[in-house]
Amino acid sequence: MAAVWKRELASYFLTPIGYVFAGFFLLVSGILFTFNNLMSGSGDVAMMLNSFSMIPIFLAPILTMRLFSEERKNKSEQMLLTSPLSLTSIVAGKFLSALTVWLATLAGTLLYVLIIGSYGRLFWGEIISSYVGFFLMGGCFIAIGTLISASTENQVSAAVISIGINFFIWVIDSVIYVVPAEFISTALKWFSLYERYDPFSRSQLGFSGILYFLSFIVVFLFLTIRVIDKRRWSEG
Amino acid sequence: MIEIQGLTKRYGNKHAIKDVSFTIKKGEILGFLGRNGAGKTTTMNIVTGYISASEGRVLLDGHDILEEPRVVKRRIGYLPEQPPLYMDMTVDEYLRFACAIKDVRPGAAKAHIDDVCELVKIQDVRKRLIKNLSKGYKQRVGLAQALIGNPEMIILDEPTVGLDPRQILEIRSLIKRLGQDHTVVLSSHILTEVADVCERVVIINNGKIVAQDTLGRLTSGVGDTFRITIRVAGQENEIKRALRALEGARYVESLGAKEEGAHDFVVETDRSADIRKPLFNALARAGLPILMLRPADITLEDIFLKLTSDNEEA
Repeated sequence: MAAVWKRELASYFLTPIGYVFAGFFLLVSGILFTFNNLMSGSGDVAMMLNSFSMIPIFLAPILTMRLFSEERKNKSEQMLLTSPLSLTSIVAGKFLSALTVWLATLAGTLLYVLIIGSYGRLFWGEIISSYVGFFLMGGCFIAIGTLISASTENQVSAAVISIGINFFIWVIDSVIYVVPAEFISTALKWFSLYERYDPFSRSQLGFSGILYFLSFIVVFLFLTIRVIDKRRWSEG
Repeated sequence: MIEIQGLTKRYGNKHAIKDVSFTIKKGEILGFLGRNGAGKTTTMNIVTGYISASEGRVLLDGHDILEEPRVVKRRIGYLPEQPPLYMDMTVDEYLRFACAIKDVRPGAAKAHIDDVCELVKIQDVRKRLIKNLSKGYKQRVGLAQALIGNPEMIILDEPTVGLDPRQILEIRSLIKRLGQDHTVVLSSHILTEVADVCERVVIINNGKIVAQDTLGRLTSGVGDTFRITIRVAGQENEIKRALRALEGARYVESLGAKEEGAHDFVVETDRSADIRKPLFNALARAGLPILMLRPADITLEDIFLKLTSDNEEA
């Protein structure tokens, strides 16, 4: 698993993808930070991260689109799949490499926190809890993208489909409160990543929230493994 | 060493391969011969665990690849038809990655890579990006990857496709050298290639095994004819008339003009009769100079023809 993780991580920075992801994230978040925090004089870190929450919808697919689709197209996956590595460690290695880039990029936004800190007071409990939640929520988008990348041979369709799904998840959030039927809104609430993230941004670093995000990731990675394994058996 | 039992792979209603069974013995170089689309790659993909069969199983010394993939995969090195390369890595990085995923001890990796690079002769490109290498080098890097981890068995799918003649000879001699201490399976649609390298041949056609034997026995008495390709300067009709008049020429076919003022023909005779001298004399008398004369090679098609006609007789 470590070997796959290392190779993928190196590949992010040997190709433009890693730079594009980190660059765009920091650019957009920097603009939002400038407007929402600097210009309006707000030192609220949780609110700052909230304002970033749309970005992973569009950027996480950039990180994940080539994870499996490219290898399938180049046939380099034949080397991985005929090696003694288990499918689980291949999928985990690739997912973790994308997660590492995400973590590193997110770490870059700590600069904003430092700027806020130099002008005002920092509430560390709130900051840690928001960052943990935000990181895990991004992890969920990455897990979705990983699954989609394993389902197609084309990077561009992988990216487009992932953005579509992520966008749908974001839309759920706004639909929840207008759906007339209570059980539907409860069900949707259960699936809404933003609904789960909300407590984190209010300094409620809860076990259940973390568990939800981790389970979400595990389920999607498990589906990824199933998709790849199923293809080996496919008779279509 | 490997037992392949009743492999079938279905795609929809079509069978890519059907009830394929054969064994690969330890230490041999086995040729896996078939036309394009006959099911060679499908079979090899199943044997290496890349895809799964609809029916049947593959046993390596009694270990089933589906039940104990790790044990089996560690002992098989595979070079697919398109070498599985990462274009954004250098050769060295790529082989280090191969070592890591193939359970080579980190301490032993460097020496192992040195050995493999020397064997396949890629020492001089080790620091270069794979995407910048020529096709021949890419093929050899792919072969190096298959050798990493020192697998007892090496499976090569059409390893010489798309290479120039010199590279083909190099790869073939490399395969022969590998055959000294590995079990090698080589798939190909080129008869001469298999004839050059392999001791035993398995022939697959339309997804089914049609023969497995030594090549000598398979080609002995392929047809009972002897074929000569000949290039003669002169008018096509004139040449054809002269050739047809020849005693012993059972069949004459024009191959068209391949050189200005000259025409190519195939002449078939009974194997017992050598008509080269009478042919020369007859054409000389007619004032038609022979520019080239060579026996036509036995082709895979000829063997198929023999096999199918044998089956009809039986």
